[in-house]
Amino acid sequence: MTAEEVKQVVLDIISDVAPDEEVSDINSAESLRDQLDLDSMDFLDIVMELRKRHSVEVPSEDYPRLATLDSCVEYLTPKM
Amino acid sequence: MSRTRIVITGIGLTAPNGNNLQEFRNSLLEKKSGIKMKDVRYMGEYPAGLCEFDETKYQKKKARRRGTRAGSIAIYCANEALVDSKIDFEAVDKSRVGVFLGITEHGNVETEEEIYQLHQNDLNVDLWSHHHNPRTVSNSPAGEVNLNLKITGPHFTIGSACAGGNMGLIHGAQQLMLGEVDFAFAGGVSESAQTFGIFAAFKAQGALAVNEDPTKASRPMDRDRNGIVISEGGCIYTLERLEDAQKRGAKIYGEIVGYAYNTDATDFVLPNTERQVECMEMALKKAQISKESVNIVNMHATGTKAGDINEALAVRTMFDDCENTYVNFTKGHIGHAMGAAGALELAGNLPSFNDHLVHPGMNLENMDPECAMKNLVGDKPVELEKVDTILNNSFGMLGINSSVIIKKY
Repeated sequence: MTAEEVKQVVLDIISDVAPDEEVSDINSAESLRDQLDLDSMDFLDIVMELRKRHSVEVPSEDYPRLATLDSCVEYLTPKM
Repeated sequence: MSRTRIVITGIGLTAPNGNNLQEFRNSLLEKKSGIKMKDVRYMGEYPAGLCEFDETKYQKKKARRRGTRAGSIAIYCANEALVDSKIDFEAVDKSRVGVFLGITEHGNVETEEEIYQLHQNDLNVDLWSHHHNPRTVSNSPAGEVNLNLKITGPHFTIGSACAGGNMGLIHGAQQLMLGEVDFAFAGGVSESAQTFGIFAAFKAQGALAVNEDPTKASRPMDRDRNGIVISEGGCIYTLERLEDAQKRGAKIYGEIVGYAYNTDATDFVLPNTERQVECMEMALKKAQISKESVNIVNMHATGTKAGDINEALAVRTMFDDCENTYVNFTKGHIGHAMGAAGALELAGNLPSFNDHLVHPGMNLENMDPECAMKNLVGDKPVELEKVDTILNNSFGMLGINSSVIIKKY
């Protein structure tokens, strides 16, 4: 997948996990948790959806790599 | 010994044929059915009662996604009751508020869905949801209300099969009497119509209603009844001590003057007439009233052969010589709302204190001679000179019986 496609994958998952949030306004360089009402259970959901939909495993030590949209794309693109 | 007096000050409900008391009452009086065909997983189409309330009226989409259908029903009902009570909830000490909800079961819906997904995912347990545990713990529907309303007092569900609605109400009253809380949300909820296992089990038992016309499927006391129509629903009351309600000038729907519960100890599923009679007698004793003063008896009447016959005998034994006692039932309209049934069915009769009408049952076209009794309201509403006292029966599997008596205040 291209970086742009990976970004869309992440946004689609966030839209499903946090359906009350407006994802089009996300600043890709800022922490997702600072911008959206996301908690640790939501991050577990994001990890689960990556596993379900794209067979991508994110080990717990790598969770900090999902902090921003940019870091998600950087971390996930080689895996997808 | 004088007892602390407990009153109902708010009602929130969702039934297959109404999303508030007025709608529900009108549907009962007008014999409007809430039963439709539902595509039940693996089984095909069966009559069922589903509620059509706005899930996001009081709950965010994310909270709904995380929680359960029963929790969503509970949140809707609790908020509706709160609005109805007109209490200044901002000013209430939330550590002194409790939530007590009767349930028939909880967790079947979520477990079935996870196992279904497990099979879709080639039995890969790594895809099992981490939400499974918080969704299926048995306090879940009550706890979701506390989360939603930021209530820090106690919450629990009362597992009591299909007596759940009555039992939730009774527990709420008891918690107020004990001084454990100052304001209680109490009633019952059910999401059971979203499972296939409960449909399949009733079918295997020969107790699942079938009919080409879903509105005709639930027909308690009728000769041609063939079982239960499974429904979802919820009904939650706000309860307060009488003096607290009076102090704030609350509207009072009625006073819980008596209640009782006991156990058959005779069979897993078959009812026991003798214990049902005992239960009603104990409730009357607690209420310190004579049986002649009861104006309306609402039967549990699910539409099974054995259940209706046994309960009809129990009600006849109790009230056959009471000229002014009328009997009705609600499941013809809405099916069996399981853990919500007792609380919902009571709510459907409470407006009788003001309009003096006894709502009719539904689909009682040919009375089963073994169910026949005096003053059974099966066809159209009956207007009485006055209605002061209602006795509400709810019974369940494992032989649990409950009766609640509400008096006009």
